[in-house]
Amino acid sequence: MQSEYGKMMMWFFLISDALTFSGFLTAYGFMRFRYESVWPVAEDVFTHFPGLEGDQPLLYVAFMTFVLIMSSVTMVLAVNAGHHLKKTATAWWMVATIVGGAIFLGSQAWEWYHFIMGDKGGIELANSEVWKVANEEGEVLSLSQLVHGMEHGHAANHEETFTTEEVVAAFKANEHVVLQSPGNGHPAKSREASLAALQGAEVIQGANMEHNEYGAQQFANFFFFITGFHGFHVFSGVVLNVLLFWNVLLGTYERRKSYLMVEKVGLYWHFVDLVWVFVFTFFYLV
Amino acid sequence: MADHASPSGTGWIWKIFWILLVITTVEVVLGIIKPEFMLSPVAGTSLLNLVFIGLTLVKAAYIVQYFMHLKYELGSLQKAIYLPVLILIPYLTFILLFEGQAVFEF
Repeated sequence: MQSEYGKMMMWFFLISDALTFSGFLTAYGFMRFRYESVWPVAEDVFTHFPGLEGDQPLLYVAFMTFVLIMSSVTMVLAVNAGHHLKKTATAWWMVATIVGGAIFLGSQAWEWYHFIMGDKGGIELANSEVWKVANEEGEVLSLSQLVHGMEHGHAANHEETFTTEEVVAAFKANEHVVLQSPGNGHPAKSREASLAALQGAEVIQGANMEHNEYGAQQFANFFFFITGFHGFHVFSGVVLNVLLFWNVLLGTYERRKSYLMVEKVGLYWHFVDLVWVFVFTFFYLV
Repeated sequence: MADHASPSGTGWIWKIFWILLVITTVEVVLGIIKPEFMLSPVAGTSLLNLVFIGLTLVKAAYIVQYFMHLKYELGSLQKAIYLPVLILIPYLTFILLFEGQAVFEF
């Protein structure tokens, strides 16, 4: 018994890809340990769920994980149907897999949108650390709540933008607010230290490659890079699956009496799921 | 390919699906409630994080062994795949995480 050439080559490609992703994720770990005190806590960052108000940490990403596992299952079912040379069943399971991949990509776009737009806003100090505004009970205030007061402000800033001057003035006027670290345990500065730290500070709303309202800048950069690279893999997988689906319909594999190509692309698709299992753990859980 | 050893039917696929789903649900529930007793520091992190990493490796093993069918491939191919990954990744992880903590000290 021998291993089929194409399948073996797919495996060797996946090994190199696994090493690439492990390079990214360990680099993420390196930076996280380096900037541990201001590294954002994931459940403070990813708190939105479509149609639900308030903080819903982990719920949305759990849904995304479920979608990807589910599409992995339908891919195995497609491969399984292919083994038995069942053309129609293979085609339908391919459709289910493609739909799963598309839902995942849409979810990722949604999550990126909210990450980029920002939530409560942050204050970048002169030493380029980003801190949050919190009251004496340790509850984080949005810039909207700081400037307009708790009654009139929103829990998230939404589309409203604030200038550094108005935020600093509101901070000075409200004697009950301090700066709070975005990092683990959320230690806060005293009121005096907070006021002193506002010298040369700048208001940050949203996240991009240069500023990150959630905390350490590296967090945003790695988030864009790693989930972006993974999302590109998912996108490539969806394209491959569409080509495969088309060939199933044309009867290409039926004429060959072998659906081995479905199995090879299936390997790639499961690998994308496998990587997500690790991204999920290291970005959202740990 | 002749998969003489691999399971037939689709029952096994759904069994793996339920295993993966249950593990993910346990992870999410633990991530939301964060039980107090699991947060004390252990081995440079917390018991909770070690549990997360352990569950992740279990999930990864199920995906690779069953969904990717590696369990039923030739022994030599299995070794060619497992060895580089299982040697290089823990090695790289070990080095970078220790350097990440040490880089503060210089």
